[in-house]
Amino acid sequence: MARVPLPSHARRRSPALVILGQRQQRADASGFGMYRYDNFDRDFVHARARQFRDQLARHLAGQLPDDDFRALRLQNGWYIQRHAPMLRVAVPYGELSAKQLRALARIARQFDGRADGPYPGRGGYGHFTTRTNCQYNWIALPDAADVMDVLADADLHGIQTSGNCIRNITTDCFAGVAPDEVVDPRPYCEILRQWSTLHPEFAFLPRKFKIGVSGATEDRAATAWHDIGLVLRKNDAGEVGFQVRVGGGMGRTPIVGTVVREFLPWREILVFIEAIVRVYNRYGRRDNLWKARIKILVKAEGQRFIDAVEAEFAAILAKDLDGSAHLLTDDERDRMAAHFIVPAGVAAREEPTAIDASKPVAYARWLERNVQGHRLAGYRAVTLSLKRGGQAPGDATASQMDLAADLADRFSAGELRVSHDQNLVLPWVRADELPALWQAAREAGLATANIGTLTDMIACPGGDVCSLANARSIPIAAAITERFDDLDELHDIGDIDLHISGCINSCGHHHSGHIGVLGVDKDGEEWYQVSLGGADGSALSGPSTAGKIVGPSFAADEVPDVVEALIDAYRAERSDPGERFIATLRRVGLEPFKVAANSVRRQTAVHA
Amino acid sequence: MSAGIRFVDGSVPAELVLANDADVEAIAGDLAHVASIALDFPKWNDGRAYSQARLLRARYRFAGEIRATGQVLVDMLPLLVRCGFDAAQLRADQSLAAAERALSFFPDGHYQGDLGAPLPRYRRRAEAPA
Repeated sequence: MARVPLPSHARRRSPALVILGQRQQRADASGFGMYRYDNFDRDFVHARARQFRDQLARHLAGQLPDDDFRALRLQNGWYIQRHAPMLRVAVPYGELSAKQLRALARIARQFDGRADGPYPGRGGYGHFTTRTNCQYNWIALPDAADVMDVLADADLHGIQTSGNCIRNITTDCFAGVAPDEVVDPRPYCEILRQWSTLHPEFAFLPRKFKIGVSGATEDRAATAWHDIGLVLRKNDAGEVGFQVRVGGGMGRTPIVGTVVREFLPWREILVFIEAIVRVYNRYGRRDNLWKARIKILVKAEGQRFIDAVEAEFAAILAKDLDGSAHLLTDDERDRMAAHFIVPAGVAAREEPTAIDASKPVAYARWLERNVQGHRLAGYRAVTLSLKRGGQAPGDATASQMDLAADLADRFSAGELRVSHDQNLVLPWVRADELPALWQAAREAGLATANIGTLTDMIACPGGDVCSLANARSIPIAAAITERFDDLDELHDIGDIDLHISGCINSCGHHHSGHIGVLGVDKDGEEWYQVSLGGADGSALSGPSTAGKIVGPSFAADEVPDVVEALIDAYRAERSDPGERFIATLRRVGLEPFKVAANSVRRQTAVHA
Repeated sequence: MSAGIRFVDGSVPAELVLANDADVEAIAGDLAHVASIALDFPKWNDGRAYSQARLLRARYRFAGEIRATGQVLVDMLPLLVRCGFDAAQLRADQSLAAAERALSFFPDGHYQGDLGAPLPRYRRRAEAPA
């Protein structure tokens, strides 16, 4: 988890008539600072819903067999899971309006939690994922087409949230508001979203394909772990370009992406990505599911892969009919940038003088953990925690989604973000309204002051619902949440990334956790592999790297003990209370932590 | 004939058959002497032939017939047309009515350029007469 420090202007007491500069544009009459669908966009998602309805009807009528329907439904976000279908709704680059969140709540209430459906008593909630999407697990397949219509009415869809195609693009959840931002990535994310949406050549790649984009000094989007990782930069002349990495990914073979360009001019980004994806489509392996990601091609071919991409890029521009059609223009960049502006009614303002000392300690904790710096004086970004006892990490009921939407309307210009740590963020909160927001968020159960701490863990839905999983994640997450329910203790432990995946597909990003937990299957039983020292590439974690496995797997009921033993070892070894877990681990090495973990083995002692 | 794609039954084979792992570059010199090329889909969700068709049309300016063969489903038709295929030999169980519908869902076009409409949508809009 990456945290944004308060900018210098927020620490000053004097009125801050600073910042803004070039981006002091006003929102249009809609008051919105997000991408706004036009008629083409709206017709497009409705057209996609009609196309899916036709496919679903043919399937339900027995005219489209399972094997053929599978890839079609996946590219609309529909899986068939352990108990029921699962729908994954795209939240492009994590940006949501309050209205859209209410539509997601409506899906949870009306379709996922349908009392007269085939799964009575189940569902009624959504799950926010590390790709910033929203998933449902209890919708009946015959309702699927109606759900897509409801989504389309709210400018939402499930396009390319699964399948072997270019998936939802992710970015920094503080994009546009972070004090350390160099270039706002959102206009480029939207350009990439449009370009990749129903791209005719790249719908059936060897495997899924994920793009992550960051535009700040700190990488809060784990870009090096993506098939393509883009970091926006400015060169000495002030021109905008991308550092381009290719071939990162987790799964069975965790690999950090290779830099193929240090500075690609922004106009060339679509053509360059076209070249990468075409080389992958032609030469990526299709004979082995586990070797089909682009990371394997990049690893196997090395420089030859990079040369092939550069040759393809040059050939598109030099030889192809209309090969330069997808070079970006100033007009298009400006048109996109005009969507992502400071919302109406938001402007830099005087910083409040000081925190009211009469406020309880719980408020101070929340300020410390859940409130982030902002590029506008007098503003903050606030994380609404979806990590609390009694609910799985990233889950929100229909009512909680409605409450979060209300908070966004009241305190954040109607805008929210989904973070890749599976929380919701309010990006435009006035500093002087923090006490009122805290009160309201507490009443909504969204103010657990644990952001960045051990219980702000990433976890996939795991074997409770997922048919891929080897083991359950949710009971492990719940046991750890229960074990560490003391906020004093959590705050003393401080920043730490705990990531839990139910299988090697790594949806819970266990490879990049300071502590990673991976569910494995041994003879039909659930076991858990623990790894240490992974990094997502944030400032806290350091350069992206996969964690190292600590001995043989542990039994499910040993996992909370292992985590506690690791934390105890950290507290014994840390040089001072300010030294973070990952820093101590790097300084003293893995050994004391391995000893601590292995000391709590019970059932698994005989295997060790 | 529908939306620029012709349905064929295979009774007249294409002059050249290209496997989907073959390099288009290898036949680039022969294209002037070929009237029709079949590109194969051994599995319908193996997308290599889309790139082959795109390269034949856009890079090597092949103007003859490009035919999709193998496991060709009606749901592939929009992609085939947009990548430059102008003929398809549908799998035997496919319905022509469903094929017509499959080609009808996006009357206003797409975001990115393709072989039919080379410019991306934003440039089509910018360069259209007012």
